[in-house]
Amino acid sequence: MSTMIATRDAYGQTLGELGEENRDIVVLDADLSGSTKTGVFAKKFPERFFNMGIAEANMVGTAAGLAAAGKIPFVSTFAVFASGRAWEQIRQSVAYPKANVKIVATHGGVTVGEDGGSHQSVEDIAIMRAIPNMTVIVPADGPETAKAIRAAATMKGPVYIRLGRNKVPTVFADDAPFAVGKGAELAGGSDLTFVTTGLMTAQALVAAERLKAEGVSARVVHLATIKPLDGEILLRAARETGAIVTAEEHSVVGGLGGAVAEFLGEHCPVPLKRVGIYDRFGTSGKAEELLKYFSLMPEDLAEAAREILARK
Amino acid sequence: MTVTERNSVDSEKIRLLEDKARQLRVAIVKTLHKSQSGHTGGSLSAIDMVTALYFHTMRHKPDEPAWAGRDRFVLCKGHAAPALYVALAEAGYFPKEDLMTLRRLGSHLQGHPDSKVTPGVEVCTGSLGQGLSMANGMALGLRLDGSASRVYALLGDGELQEGQVWEAAMAAGHYKLDNLCALIDVNRLQIDGEVAKVMNVEPVTDKFRAFGWNVIDVDGHSMAAIVAALEQAATVKGQPTAIVARTVKGKGVSFFENKASYHGVAPSDEELPKALECLGEQCNL
Repeated sequence: MSTMIATRDAYGQTLGELGEENRDIVVLDADLSGSTKTGVFAKKFPERFFNMGIAEANMVGTAAGLAAAGKIPFVSTFAVFASGRAWEQIRQSVAYPKANVKIVATHGGVTVGEDGGSHQSVEDIAIMRAIPNMTVIVPADGPETAKAIRAAATMKGPVYIRLGRNKVPTVFADDAPFAVGKGAELAGGSDLTFVTTGLMTAQALVAAERLKAEGVSARVVHLATIKPLDGEILLRAARETGAIVTAEEHSVVGGLGGAVAEFLGEHCPVPLKRVGIYDRFGTSGKAEELLKYFSLMPEDLAEAAREILARK
Repeated sequence: MTVTERNSVDSEKIRLLEDKARQLRVAIVKTLHKSQSGHTGGSLSAIDMVTALYFHTMRHKPDEPAWAGRDRFVLCKGHAAPALYVALAEAGYFPKEDLMTLRRLGSHLQGHPDSKVTPGVEVCTGSLGQGLSMANGMALGLRLDGSASRVYALLGDGELQEGQVWEAAMAAGHYKLDNLCALIDVNRLQIDGEVAKVMNVEPVTDKFRAFGWNVIDVDGHSMAAIVAALEQAATVKGQPTAIVARTVKGKGVSFFENKASYHGVAPSDEELPKALECLGEQCNL
Protein backbone atom coordinates (compact mmCIF):
# COMPACT_ATOMS: atom_id res chain seq x y z
CA MET A 1 0.00 0.00 0.00
CA SER A 2 2.91 2.29 -0.48
CA THR A 3 1.91 3.99 -3.71
CA MET A 4 -0.92 6.46 -4.08
CA ILE A 5 -2.59 7.15 -7.41
CA ALA A 6 -5.94 8.65 -8.38
CA THR A 7 -8.16 6.30 -10.34
CA ARG A 8 -8.90 9.12 -12.81
CA ASP A 9 -5.17 9.42 -13.54
CA ALA A 10 -5.00 5.70 -14.27
CA TYR A 11 -7.99 6.17 -16.57
CA GLY A 12 -6.35 8.96 -18.55
CA GLN A 13 -3.16 7.01 -18.98
CA THR A 14 -4.98 3.82 -20.01
CA LEU A 15 -7.17 5.68 -22.50
CA GLY A 16 -4.03 7.10 -24.06
CA GLU A 17 -2.59 3.61 -24.45
CA LEU A 18 -5.83 2.15 -25.76
CA GLY A 19 -6.06 4.91 -28.34
CA GLU A 20 -2.82 3.64 -29.88
CA GLU A 21 -3.99 0.04 -29.86
CA ASN A 22 -7.52 0.45 -31.16
CA ARG A 23 -8.44 3.02 -33.80
CA ASP A 24 -12.16 2.53 -33.07
CA ILE A 25 -11.89 4.11 -29.64
CA VAL A 26 -13.32 7.62 -29.48
CA VAL A 27 -13.70 9.84 -26.43
CA LEU A 28 -16.30 12.44 -25.48
CA ASP A 29 -16.23 14.92 -22.65
CA ALA A 30 -18.41 17.77 -21.44
CA ASP A 31 -15.93 20.56 -20.75
CA LEU A 32 -14.13 18.65 -18.00
CA SER A 33 -11.33 16.95 -19.91
CA GLY A 34 -8.70 18.36 -17.55
CA SER A 35 -10.49 16.96 -14.51
CA THR A 36 -11.64 13.65 -15.97
CA LYS A 37 -8.20 13.16 -17.57
CA THR A 38 -9.62 12.49 -21.02
CA GLY A 39 -7.39 15.40 -22.02
CA VAL A 40 -4.55 12.89 -22.25
CA PHE A 41 -6.39 11.18 -25.11
CA ALA A 42 -7.49 14.51 -26.63
CA LYS A 43 -3.87 15.62 -26.93
CA LYS A 44 -2.74 12.40 -28.61
CA PHE A 45 -5.77 11.81 -30.84
CA PRO A 46 -7.53 15.13 -31.42
CA GLU A 47 -9.50 13.76 -34.38
CA ARG A 48 -11.06 11.08 -32.19
CA PHE A 49 -11.86 13.35 -29.25
CA PHE A 50 -15.11 15.30 -29.13
CA ASN A 51 -15.65 18.02 -26.59
CA MET A 52 -19.42 18.28 -26.48
CA GLY A 53 -19.54 21.34 -24.26
CA ILE A 54 -21.65 21.56 -21.13
CA ALA A 55 -24.38 19.36 -22.58
CA GLU A 56 -24.30 15.92 -21.04
CA ALA A 57 -27.56 14.61 -22.49
CA ASN A 58 -26.44 15.29 -26.04
CA MET A 59 -23.01 13.88 -25.25
CA VAL A 60 -24.45 10.53 -24.21
CA GLY A 61 -26.78 10.43 -27.23
CA THR A 62 -23.89 11.24 -29.55
CA ALA A 63 -21.90 8.41 -28.01
CA ALA A 64 -24.80 6.06 -28.72
CA GLY A 65 -24.73 7.18 -32.36
CA LEU A 66 -20.99 6.67 -32.57
CA ALA A 67 -21.46 3.18 -31.18
CA ALA A 68 -24.13 2.53 -33.82
CA ALA A 69 -21.51 3.54 -36.40
CA GLY A 70 -19.11 0.91 -35.04
CA LYS A 71 -17.01 3.04 -32.70
CA ILE A 72 -16.17 2.33 -29.05
CA PRO A 73 -17.03 5.59 -27.30
CA PHE A 74 -15.73 6.45 -23.84
CA VAL A 75 -17.88 9.20 -22.32
CA SER A 76 -16.69 11.15 -19.31
CA THR A 77 -17.91 13.77 -16.90
CA PHE A 78 -18.40 13.93 -13.15
CA ALA A 79 -20.40 11.05 -11.68
CA VAL A 80 -23.19 13.30 -10.47
CA PHE A 81 -23.80 14.66 -14.00
CA ALA A 82 -23.21 11.41 -15.87
CA SER A 83 -25.64 9.43 -13.78
CA GLY A 84 -28.03 12.28 -13.07
CA ARG A 85 -28.27 14.76 -15.92
CA ALA A 86 -28.00 12.08 -18.59
CA TRP A 87 -29.81 9.25 -16.82
CA GLU A 88 -32.62 8.91 -19.28
CA GLN A 89 -30.30 9.20 -22.25
CA ILE A 90 -28.24 6.39 -20.77
CA ARG A 91 -31.39 4.35 -20.26
CA GLN A 92 -32.99 4.98 -23.66
CA SER A 93 -30.14 5.62 -26.09
CA VAL A 94 -27.45 3.41 -24.53
CA ALA A 95 -28.76 0.61 -22.31
CA TYR A 96 -32.02 -0.21 -24.09
CA PRO A 97 -30.32 -0.91 -27.44
CA LYS A 98 -27.26 -2.41 -25.63
CA ALA A 99 -25.09 0.22 -27.31
CA ASN A 100 -21.36 -0.30 -26.91
CA VAL A 101 -20.86 2.86 -24.85
CA LYS A 102 -18.51 3.14 -21.88
CA ILE A 103 -19.48 5.78 -19.34
CA VAL A 104 -16.49 6.55 -17.16
CA ALA A 105 -17.63 8.89 -14.43
CA THR A 106 -15.01 10.60 -12.31
CA HIS A 107 -15.35 12.52 -9.03
CA GLY A 108 -17.67 9.90 -7.58
CA GLY A 109 -18.54 9.86 -3.89
CA VAL A 110 -17.93 12.46 -1.19
CA THR A 111 -14.14 12.60 -1.56
CA VAL A 112 -14.58 15.08 -4.41
CA GLY A 113 -14.48 17.33 -1.37
CA GLU A 114 -14.76 21.08 -1.17
CA ASP A 115 -17.25 21.53 -4.03
CA GLY A 116 -19.84 20.17 -1.63
CA GLY A 117 -23.11 18.29 -1.82
CA SER A 118 -24.07 19.51 -5.30
CA HIS A 119 -21.02 17.75 -6.74
CA GLN A 120 -20.87 14.70 -4.50
CA SER A 121 -22.42 11.70 -6.11
CA VAL A 122 -23.81 9.43 -3.43
CA GLU A 123 -26.53 7.72 -5.49
CA ASP A 124 -24.96 7.00 -8.88
CA ILE A 125 -24.25 3.31 -8.24
CA ALA A 126 -27.89 2.75 -7.29
CA ILE A 127 -29.32 4.55 -10.30
CA MET A 128 -26.98 2.91 -12.79
CA ARG A 129 -27.52 -0.52 -11.23
CA ALA A 130 -31.28 -0.20 -11.72
CA ILE A 131 -30.94 0.01 -15.52
CA PRO A 132 -31.20 -3.32 -17.38
CA ASN A 133 -28.18 -4.30 -19.52
CA MET A 134 -25.87 -2.01 -17.53
CA THR A 135 -22.61 -3.25 -16.05
CA VAL A 136 -21.43 -1.24 -13.03
CA ILE A 137 -17.78 -1.20 -11.95
CA VAL A 138 -16.13 0.69 -9.08
CA PRO A 139 -12.37 -0.01 -9.04
CA ALA A 140 -10.40 0.06 -5.82
CA ASP A 141 -7.23 1.69 -7.09
CA GLY A 142 -5.10 2.74 -10.05
CA PRO A 143 -3.95 -0.67 -11.30
CA GLU A 144 -7.46 -2.08 -11.10
CA THR A 145 -8.83 0.95 -12.93
CA ALA A 146 -6.42 0.34 -15.80
CA LYS A 147 -7.64 -3.26 -16.07
CA ALA A 148 -11.29 -2.29 -15.77
CA ILE A 149 -10.94 0.25 -18.58
CA ARG A 150 -9.27 -2.33 -20.79
CA ALA A 151 -11.95 -4.90 -19.96
CA ALA A 152 -14.69 -2.39 -20.77
CA ALA A 153 -13.08 -1.63 -24.12
CA THR A 154 -13.00 -5.33 -24.94
CA MET A 155 -16.50 -6.33 -23.85
CA LYS A 156 -19.59 -5.47 -25.89
CA GLY A 157 -22.31 -3.37 -24.36
CA PRO A 158 -22.88 -0.56 -21.91
CA VAL A 159 -20.59 -0.12 -18.91
CA TYR A 160 -20.59 2.45 -16.10
CA ILE A 161 -17.26 2.84 -14.34
CA ARG A 162 -17.09 5.04 -11.27
CA LEU A 163 -13.80 6.73 -10.42
CA GLY A 164 -12.66 9.21 -7.80
CA ARG A 165 -10.89 12.53 -7.73
CA ASN A 166 -8.26 11.99 -5.06
CA LYS A 167 -5.25 9.75 -4.82
CA VAL A 168 -6.03 6.44 -3.17
CA PRO A 169 -3.75 3.72 -1.80
CA THR A 170 -2.86 0.95 -4.21
CA VAL A 171 -4.13 -2.42 -3.03
CA PHE A 172 -3.69 -4.48 -6.19
CA ALA A 173 -0.45 -5.59 -7.79
CA ASP A 174 -0.06 -4.67 -11.46
CA ASP A 175 -0.37 -8.34 -12.41
CA ALA A 176 -3.41 -9.12 -10.23
CA PRO A 177 -6.10 -10.86 -12.27
CA PHE A 178 -9.23 -8.90 -13.17
CA ALA A 179 -12.46 -10.06 -14.72
CA VAL A 180 -15.77 -8.23 -15.01
CA GLY A 181 -18.24 -9.80 -12.58
CA LYS A 182 -15.57 -11.44 -10.42
CA GLY A 183 -14.80 -10.40 -6.86
CA ALA A 184 -11.39 -10.70 -5.20
CA GLU A 185 -10.61 -12.07 -1.76
CA LEU A 186 -7.85 -9.80 -0.48
CA ALA A 187 -7.63 -11.12 3.08
CA GLY A 188 -8.65 -14.49 4.46
CA GLY A 189 -10.82 -14.65 7.57
CA SER A 190 -13.40 -16.77 9.32
CA ASP A 191 -15.35 -14.57 11.79
CA LEU A 192 -16.92 -12.09 9.39
CA THR A 193 -16.47 -10.69 5.87
CA PHE A 194 -16.03 -7.11 4.76
CA VAL A 195 -17.57 -6.78 1.30
CA THR A 196 -16.26 -3.56 -0.15
CA THR A 197 -15.93 -1.52 -3.29
CA GLY A 198 -13.93 1.48 -4.48
CA LEU A 199 -11.66 3.19 -2.00
CA MET A 200 -13.41 1.47 0.93
CA THR A 201 -11.47 -1.69 0.13
CA ALA A 202 -8.26 -0.07 1.32
CA GLN A 203 -10.07 1.08 4.47
CA ALA A 204 -11.31 -2.47 5.11
CA LEU A 205 -7.83 -3.94 4.79
CA VAL A 206 -6.64 -1.57 7.53
CA ALA A 207 -9.68 -2.46 9.65
CA ALA A 208 -9.02 -6.18 9.22
CA GLU A 209 -5.45 -5.72 10.47
CA ARG A 210 -6.70 -3.89 13.56
CA LEU A 211 -9.29 -6.57 14.26
CA LYS A 212 -6.63 -9.24 13.97
CA ALA A 213 -4.87 -7.62 16.94
CA GLU A 214 -8.12 -8.07 18.86
CA GLY A 215 -8.29 -11.72 17.90
CA VAL A 216 -11.01 -11.25 15.27
CA SER A 217 -10.49 -12.92 11.91
CA ALA A 218 -12.00 -10.69 9.20
CA ARG A 219 -12.15 -11.62 5.54
CA VAL A 220 -12.00 -8.86 2.92
CA VAL A 221 -13.83 -9.38 -0.35
CA HIS A 222 -13.53 -6.60 -2.90
CA LEU A 223 -16.29 -6.32 -5.49
CA ALA A 224 -15.17 -4.05 -8.30
CA THR A 225 -18.18 -5.18 -10.30
CA ILE A 226 -21.39 -4.35 -8.48
CA LYS A 227 -23.48 -5.51 -11.41
CA PRO A 228 -23.39 -8.34 -12.31
CA LEU A 229 -22.77 -9.37 -8.74
CA ASP A 230 -20.34 -12.20 -7.95
CA GLY A 231 -22.83 -14.44 -6.15
CA GLU A 232 -20.35 -17.27 -5.74
CA ILE A 233 -17.85 -15.32 -3.66
CA LEU A 234 -20.68 -13.82 -1.59
CA LEU A 235 -22.29 -17.18 -0.84
CA ARG A 236 -18.94 -18.60 0.22
CA ALA A 237 -18.31 -15.61 2.50
CA ALA A 238 -21.78 -15.83 4.06
CA ARG A 239 -21.56 -19.60 4.63
CA GLU A 240 -17.97 -19.63 5.89
CA THR A 241 -17.95 -16.48 8.04
CA GLY A 242 -21.65 -16.09 8.89
CA ALA A 243 -21.63 -12.29 9.04
CA ILE A 244 -21.24 -9.53 6.44
CA VAL A 245 -20.27 -5.87 6.66
CA THR A 246 -20.56 -3.96 3.39
CA ALA A 247 -18.72 -0.69 2.85
CA GLU A 248 -19.03 1.90 0.10
CA GLU A 249 -18.48 5.61 -0.47
CA HIS A 250 -22.11 5.89 -1.51
CA SER A 251 -25.58 5.88 -0.03
CA VAL A 252 -26.51 2.65 1.75
CA VAL A 253 -29.69 2.80 -0.37
CA GLY A 254 -29.38 0.75 -3.53
CA GLY A 255 -25.62 0.58 -3.89
CA LEU A 256 -23.23 -2.20 -2.95
CA GLY A 257 -24.89 -2.73 0.44
CA GLY A 258 -28.29 -2.87 -1.17
CA ALA A 259 -27.12 -5.31 -3.84
CA VAL A 260 -25.45 -7.63 -1.33
CA ALA A 261 -28.44 -7.48 1.02
CA GLU A 262 -30.82 -8.34 -1.83
CA PHE A 263 -28.70 -11.28 -2.90
CA LEU A 264 -27.95 -12.75 0.50
CA GLY A 265 -31.48 -12.07 1.73
CA GLU A 266 -32.72 -14.43 -0.98
CA HIS A 267 -29.93 -16.98 -1.01
CA CYS A 268 -28.20 -17.12 2.40
CA PRO A 269 -29.50 -14.71 5.04
CA VAL A 270 -26.86 -13.89 7.64
CA PRO A 271 -26.43 -10.85 9.92
CA LEU A 272 -25.49 -7.91 7.71
CA LYS A 273 -24.44 -4.34 8.39
CA ARG A 274 -24.07 -1.63 5.75
CA VAL A 275 -21.39 1.00 6.12
CA GLY A 276 -22.01 3.96 3.84
CA ILE A 277 -23.80 7.26 3.72
CA TYR A 278 -27.10 7.05 5.55
CA ASP A 279 -29.55 8.78 3.23
CA ARG A 280 -27.90 12.18 3.31
CA PHE A 281 -26.38 14.54 0.79
CA GLY A 282 -22.71 15.39 0.94
CA THR A 283 -21.18 18.57 2.30
CA SER A 284 -18.06 20.67 1.76
CA GLY A 285 -14.82 19.62 3.35
CA LYS A 286 -11.50 17.97 2.62
CA ALA A 287 -11.63 14.39 1.40
CA GLU A 288 -10.07 12.94 4.56
CA GLU A 289 -12.34 15.05 6.77
CA LEU A 290 -15.37 13.84 4.87
CA LEU A 291 -14.44 10.18 5.23
CA LYS A 292 -14.38 10.80 8.98
CA TYR A 293 -17.57 12.90 8.91
CA PHE A 294 -19.48 10.17 7.11
CA SER A 295 -18.00 7.39 9.28
CA LEU A 296 -16.10 5.73 6.45
CA MET A 297 -12.79 5.24 8.29
CA PRO A 298 -11.16 1.92 9.23
CA GLU A 299 -12.24 2.41 12.87
CA ASP A 300 -15.85 2.76 11.69
CA LEU A 301 -15.52 -0.52 9.82
CA ALA A 302 -13.97 -2.20 12.85
CA GLU A 303 -16.83 -0.93 14.99
CA ALA A 304 -19.36 -2.27 12.49
CA ALA A 305 -17.54 -5.62 12.66
CA ARG A 306 -17.79 -5.74 16.44
CA GLU A 307 -21.48 -4.90 16.23
CA ILE A 308 -22.19 -7.62 13.67
CA LEU A 309 -20.25 -10.22 15.65
CA ALA A 310 -22.51 -9.52 18.62
CA ARG A 311 -25.50 -10.32 16.40
CA LYS A 312 -24.12 -13.57 15.05
CA MET B 1 -32.16 28.78 -53.34
CA THR B 2 -35.61 27.65 -54.30
CA VAL B 3 -35.79 23.92 -54.57
CA THR B 4 -38.26 23.82 -57.43
CA GLU B 5 -35.57 25.01 -59.83
CA ARG B 6 -33.89 21.65 -59.58
CA ASN B 7 -35.42 19.12 -61.87
CA SER B 8 -33.24 16.05 -61.81
CA VAL B 9 -36.16 13.78 -60.94
CA ASP B 10 -38.69 13.41 -63.71
CA SER B 11 -42.37 13.79 -63.13
CA GLU B 12 -43.00 10.10 -63.73
CA LYS B 13 -40.72 9.19 -60.82
CA ILE B 14 -42.49 11.73 -58.62
CA ARG B 15 -45.85 10.26 -59.61
CA LEU B 16 -44.64 6.77 -58.66
CA LEU B 17 -43.40 8.04 -55.31
CA GLU B 18 -46.70 9.78 -54.67
CA ASP B 19 -48.53 6.54 -55.35
CA LYS B 20 -46.12 4.68 -53.07
CA ALA B 21 -46.87 7.17 -50.30
CA ARG B 22 -50.59 6.62 -50.85
CA GLN B 23 -50.13 2.85 -50.56
CA LEU B 24 -48.10 3.33 -47.40
CA ARG B 25 -50.86 5.52 -45.95
CA VAL B 26 -53.24 2.64 -46.59
CA ALA B 27 -50.81 0.28 -44.85
CA ILE B 28 -50.54 2.63 -41.86
CA VAL B 29 -54.31 2.83 -41.48
CA LYS B 30 -54.75 -0.96 -41.77
CA THR B 31 -51.84 -1.65 -39.42
CA LEU B 32 -53.09 0.72 -36.76
CA HIS B 33 -56.64 -0.54 -37.11
CA LYS B 34 -55.40 -4.08 -36.53
CA SER B 35 -53.34 -3.16 -33.48
CA GLN B 36 -56.01 -0.80 -32.09
CA SER B 37 -53.14 1.04 -30.51
CA GLY B 38 -50.59 3.50 -31.85
CA HIS B 39 -50.10 6.93 -33.36
CA THR B 40 -52.11 7.74 -36.46
CA GLY B 41 -51.79 11.49 -36.99
CA GLY B 42 -48.01 11.83 -36.84
CA SER B 43 -47.45 8.70 -38.94
CA LEU B 44 -49.62 10.08 -41.75
CA SER B 45 -48.01 13.54 -41.62
CA ALA B 46 -44.51 12.08 -41.94
CA ILE B 47 -45.06 9.36 -44.52
CA ASP B 48 -44.33 11.46 -47.62
CA MET B 49 -40.86 12.20 -46.26
CA VAL B 50 -40.30 8.59 -45.20
CA THR B 51 -41.37 7.45 -48.68
CA ALA B 52 -38.97 9.83 -50.39
CA LEU B 53 -36.12 8.65 -48.17
CA TYR B 54 -36.64 4.90 -48.50
CA PHE B 55 -37.74 4.78 -52.15
CA HIS B 56 -35.68 7.52 -53.70
CA THR B 57 -32.94 9.16 -51.66
CA MET B 58 -31.31 6.65 -49.35
CA ARG B 59 -28.82 4.01 -50.41
CA HIS B 60 -29.72 0.83 -48.57
CA LYS B 61 -30.01 -2.90 -49.06
CA PRO B 62 -33.10 -4.44 -47.46
CA ASP B 63 -31.60 -7.94 -47.79
CA GLU B 64 -28.43 -6.74 -46.05
CA PRO B 65 -29.60 -4.35 -43.30
CA ALA B 66 -26.08 -3.94 -41.87
CA TRP B 67 -24.48 -3.11 -45.24
CA ALA B 68 -21.66 -0.71 -44.35
CA GLY B 69 -22.34 1.61 -47.29
CA ARG B 70 -25.95 2.30 -46.32
CA ASP B 71 -27.37 5.68 -45.46
CA ARG B 72 -28.85 5.83 -41.96
CA PHE B 73 -32.32 6.87 -40.88
CA VAL B 74 -33.22 7.87 -37.32
CA LEU B 75 -36.89 8.25 -36.49
CA CYS B 76 -36.49 10.75 -33.65
CA LYS B 77 -40.27 11.05 -33.28
CA GLY B 78 -40.41 7.37 -32.44
CA HIS B 79 -44.18 7.27 -31.95
CA ALA B 80 -44.46 7.49 -35.75
CA ALA B 81 -43.08 3.93 -35.81
CA PRO B 82 -45.91 2.73 -38.08
CA ALA B 83 -44.63 5.07 -40.84
CA LEU B 84 -41.19 3.50 -40.53
CA TYR B 85 -42.47 -0.07 -40.30
CA VAL B 86 -44.67 0.13 -43.38
CA ALA B 87 -41.75 1.57 -45.36
CA LEU B 88 -39.37 -1.15 -44.15
CA ALA B 89 -41.92 -3.86 -44.97
CA GLU B 90 -42.58 -2.37 -48.40
CA ALA B 91 -38.83 -2.19 -49.05
CA GLY B 92 -38.47 -5.85 -48.08
CA TYR B 93 -36.75 -5.80 -44.69
CA PHE B 94 -39.41 -8.19 -43.35
CA PRO B 95 -42.71 -9.68 -44.58
CA LYS B 96 -45.65 -7.31 -44.83
CA GLU B 97 -47.75 -9.76 -42.81
CA ASP B 98 -45.60 -8.87 -39.81
CA LEU B 99 -47.23 -5.43 -39.78
CA MET B 100 -50.37 -7.07 -38.41
CA THR B 101 -48.44 -7.97 -35.23
CA LEU B 102 -47.65 -4.34 -34.37
CA ARG B 103 -47.55 -3.72 -30.61
CA ARG B 104 -48.51 -7.30 -29.76
CA LEU B 105 -46.66 -9.44 -27.24
CA GLY B 106 -43.79 -11.24 -28.95
CA SER B 107 -43.84 -9.04 -32.06
CA HIS B 108 -40.62 -7.63 -33.45
CA LEU B 109 -42.59 -4.47 -34.17
CA GLN B 110 -42.53 -2.70 -30.84
CA GLY B 111 -44.68 0.31 -30.00
CA HIS B 112 -41.61 2.47 -30.57
CA PRO B 113 -38.60 1.56 -32.75
CA ASP B 114 -36.25 -1.02 -31.22
CA SER B 115 -33.01 -1.67 -33.07
CA LYS B 116 -32.49 -4.97 -31.27
CA VAL B 117 -35.49 -6.68 -32.81
CA THR B 118 -36.48 -5.01 -36.10
CA PRO B 119 -34.33 -5.38 -39.23
CA GLY B 120 -33.58 -1.95 -40.68
CA VAL B 121 -34.14 -0.02 -37.45
CA GLU B 122 -30.83 1.68 -36.58
CA VAL B 123 -31.40 2.92 -33.03
CA CYS B 124 -33.97 2.84 -30.24
CA THR B 125 -36.14 5.94 -30.12
CA GLY B 126 -39.37 6.89 -28.45
CA SER B 127 -38.30 9.16 -25.66
CA LEU B 128 -38.46 12.44 -27.54
CA GLY B 129 -35.47 14.67 -28.08
CA GLN B 130 -32.76 12.01 -28.13
CA GLY B 131 -32.66 10.96 -31.78
CA LEU B 132 -30.82 13.93 -33.25
CA SER B 133 -27.94 13.38 -30.81
CA MET B 134 -27.66 9.79 -32.02
CA ALA B 135 -27.80 10.95 -35.62
CA ASN B 136 -24.95 13.34 -34.84
CA GLY B 137 -22.92 10.48 -33.40
CA MET B 138 -23.52 8.36 -36.50
CA ALA B 139 -22.54 11.27 -38.73
CA LEU B 140 -19.33 11.83 -36.74
CA GLY B 141 -18.50 8.13 -36.83
CA LEU B 142 -19.13 7.83 -40.57
CA ARG B 143 -17.01 10.92 -41.23
CA LEU B 144 -14.15 9.47 -39.18
CA ASP B 145 -14.27 6.41 -41.40
CA GLY B 146 -14.28 8.51 -44.56
CA SER B 147 -17.66 7.03 -45.47
CA ALA B 148 -19.87 8.60 -48.11
CA SER B 149 -22.99 7.48 -46.23
CA ARG B 150 -25.42 10.14 -45.09
CA VAL B 151 -27.60 10.29 -41.97
CA TYR B 152 -31.24 11.38 -42.00
CA ALA B 153 -33.16 12.23 -38.84
CA LEU B 154 -36.90 12.88 -38.73
CA LEU B 155 -38.15 15.00 -35.85
CA GLY B 156 -41.55 16.32 -34.87
CA ASP B 157 -42.22 19.97 -34.12
CA GLY B 158 -43.52 19.23 -30.63
CA GLU B 159 -40.30 17.33 -30.07
CA LEU B 160 -38.37 20.56 -30.55
CA GLN B 161 -39.54 21.53 -27.06
CA GLU B 162 -36.98 19.11 -25.63
CA GLY B 163 -33.79 20.97 -24.75
CA GLN B 164 -31.57 18.13 -25.92
CA VAL B 165 -32.65 18.82 -29.52
CA TRP B 166 -30.97 22.22 -29.29
CA GLU B 167 -27.87 20.78 -27.66
CA ALA B 168 -27.70 18.46 -30.66
CA ALA B 169 -28.45 21.26 -33.14
CA MET B 170 -25.63 23.29 -31.62
CA ALA B 171 -23.22 20.36 -31.83
CA ALA B 172 -24.13 19.49 -35.43
CA GLY B 173 -23.47 23.09 -36.44
CA HIS B 174 -20.26 23.22 -34.42
CA TYR B 175 -18.93 20.02 -35.97
CA LYS B 176 -20.12 21.07 -39.45
CA LEU B 177 -21.92 17.79 -40.06
CA ASP B 178 -22.68 18.12 -43.75
CA ASN B 179 -23.44 14.39 -43.95
CA LEU B 180 -26.44 14.98 -41.69
CA CYS B 181 -29.91 16.04 -42.76
CA ALA B 182 -32.72 16.62 -40.26
CA LEU B 183 -36.30 16.65 -41.48
CA ILE B 184 -38.71 18.49 -39.21
CA ASP B 185 -42.32 17.36 -39.49
CA VAL B 186 -44.10 20.59 -38.59
CA ASN B 187 -47.68 19.34 -38.27
CA ARG B 188 -48.45 21.99 -35.64
CA LEU B 189 -50.16 19.62 -33.21
CA GLN B 190 -49.11 17.73 -30.11
CA ILE B 191 -51.02 15.67 -27.56
CA ASP B 192 -52.41 18.59 -25.59
CA GLY B 193 -53.32 20.64 -28.65
CA GLU B 194 -51.63 23.21 -30.86
CA VAL B 195 -47.86 23.40 -30.52
CA ALA B 196 -48.15 27.18 -30.69
CA LYS B 197 -50.39 27.17 -27.62
CA VAL B 198 -48.73 24.41 -25.58
CA MET B 199 -45.19 25.76 -26.04
CA ASN B 200 -44.47 27.68 -29.20
CA VAL B 201 -41.41 26.47 -31.12
CA GLU B 202 -41.61 28.90 -34.05
CA PRO B 203 -39.79 30.31 -35.85
CA VAL B 204 -38.27 26.88 -36.52
CA THR B 205 -36.29 27.89 -39.61
CA ASP B 206 -34.65 30.83 -37.83
CA LYS B 207 -33.68 28.66 -34.89
CA PHE B 208 -31.86 26.08 -37.01
CA ARG B 209 -30.22 28.84 -39.08
CA ALA B 210 -29.00 30.47 -35.89
CA PHE B 211 -27.28 27.20 -34.94
CA GLY B 212 -25.39 27.20 -38.24
CA TRP B 213 -27.62 24.97 -40.34
CA ASN B 214 -28.57 25.20 -43.98
CA VAL B 215 -32.37 25.39 -43.82
CA ILE B 216 -34.90 24.54 -46.53
CA ASP B 217 -38.57 25.26 -45.98
CA VAL B 218 -40.89 22.95 -47.93
CA ASP B 219 -44.46 21.75 -48.25
CA GLY B 220 -44.09 18.40 -46.52
CA HIS B 221 -46.72 16.81 -48.70
CA SER B 222 -45.22 17.89 -52.03
CA MET B 223 -43.20 14.90 -53.15
CA ALA B 224 -41.36 16.98 -55.74
CA ALA B 225 -40.39 19.56 -53.12
CA ILE B 226 -39.24 16.92 -50.61
CA VAL B 227 -37.14 15.09 -53.17
CA ALA B 228 -35.59 18.32 -54.44
CA ALA B 229 -34.80 19.45 -50.88
CA LEU B 230 -33.13 16.14 -50.09
CA GLU B 231 -31.03 16.44 -53.23
CA GLN B 232 -30.00 19.97 -52.38
CA ALA B 233 -29.08 18.92 -48.84
CA ALA B 234 -26.63 16.39 -50.24
CA THR B 235 -24.75 19.11 -52.12
CA VAL B 236 -24.24 21.47 -49.16
CA LYS B 237 -20.74 21.49 -47.71
CA GLY B 238 -19.65 22.55 -44.23
CA GLN B 239 -23.01 22.60 -42.51
CA PRO B 240 -25.89 20.26 -41.71
CA THR B 241 -29.22 20.74 -43.45
CA ALA B 242 -32.65 21.04 -41.84
CA ILE B 243 -35.64 20.48 -44.08
CA VAL B 244 -38.51 22.21 -42.33
CA ALA B 245 -41.56 20.48 -43.73
CA ARG B 246 -44.96 22.05 -43.29
CA THR B 247 -47.39 19.16 -42.93
CA VAL B 248 -50.90 18.26 -41.88
CA LYS B 249 -51.40 15.88 -38.99
CA GLY B 250 -53.46 12.89 -40.16
CA LYS B 251 -52.85 13.87 -43.81
CA GLY B 252 -54.84 11.86 -46.36
CA VAL B 253 -57.78 10.89 -44.17
CA SER B 254 -60.08 13.91 -44.09
CA PHE B 255 -61.60 13.27 -40.68
CA PHE B 256 -58.19 12.70 -39.06
CA GLU B 257 -56.64 15.85 -40.47
CA ASN B 258 -55.63 18.64 -38.11
CA LYS B 259 -57.09 16.90 -35.09
CA ALA B 260 -54.87 16.64 -32.01
CA SER B 261 -57.26 13.97 -30.70
CA TYR B 262 -55.93 11.55 -33.36
CA HIS B 263 -52.35 11.87 -32.12
CA GLY B 264 -52.36 8.53 -30.37
CA VAL B 265 -55.63 6.93 -31.44
CA ALA B 266 -56.02 4.06 -33.92
CA PRO B 267 -58.86 3.94 -36.46
CA SER B 268 -61.98 2.20 -35.15
CA ASP B 269 -63.95 -0.47 -37.04
CA GLU B 270 -66.37 2.22 -38.24
CA GLU B 271 -63.59 4.58 -39.27
CA LEU B 272 -61.54 2.06 -41.23
CA PRO B 273 -63.68 1.82 -44.40
CA LYS B 274 -64.13 5.58 -44.50
CA ALA B 275 -60.42 6.14 -44.03
CA LEU B 276 -59.57 3.70 -46.82
CA GLU B 277 -62.11 5.37 -49.06
CA CYS B 278 -60.39 8.70 -48.44
CA LEU B 279 -57.17 7.08 -49.59
CA GLY B 280 -58.80 5.76 -52.75
CA GLU B 281 -58.72 2.20 -51.55
CA GLN B 282 -61.53 -0.36 -51.54
CA CYS B 283 -62.24 -1.84 -48.15
CA ASN B 284 -62.23 -5.59 -48.68
CA LEU B 285 -61.37 -6.74 -45.18
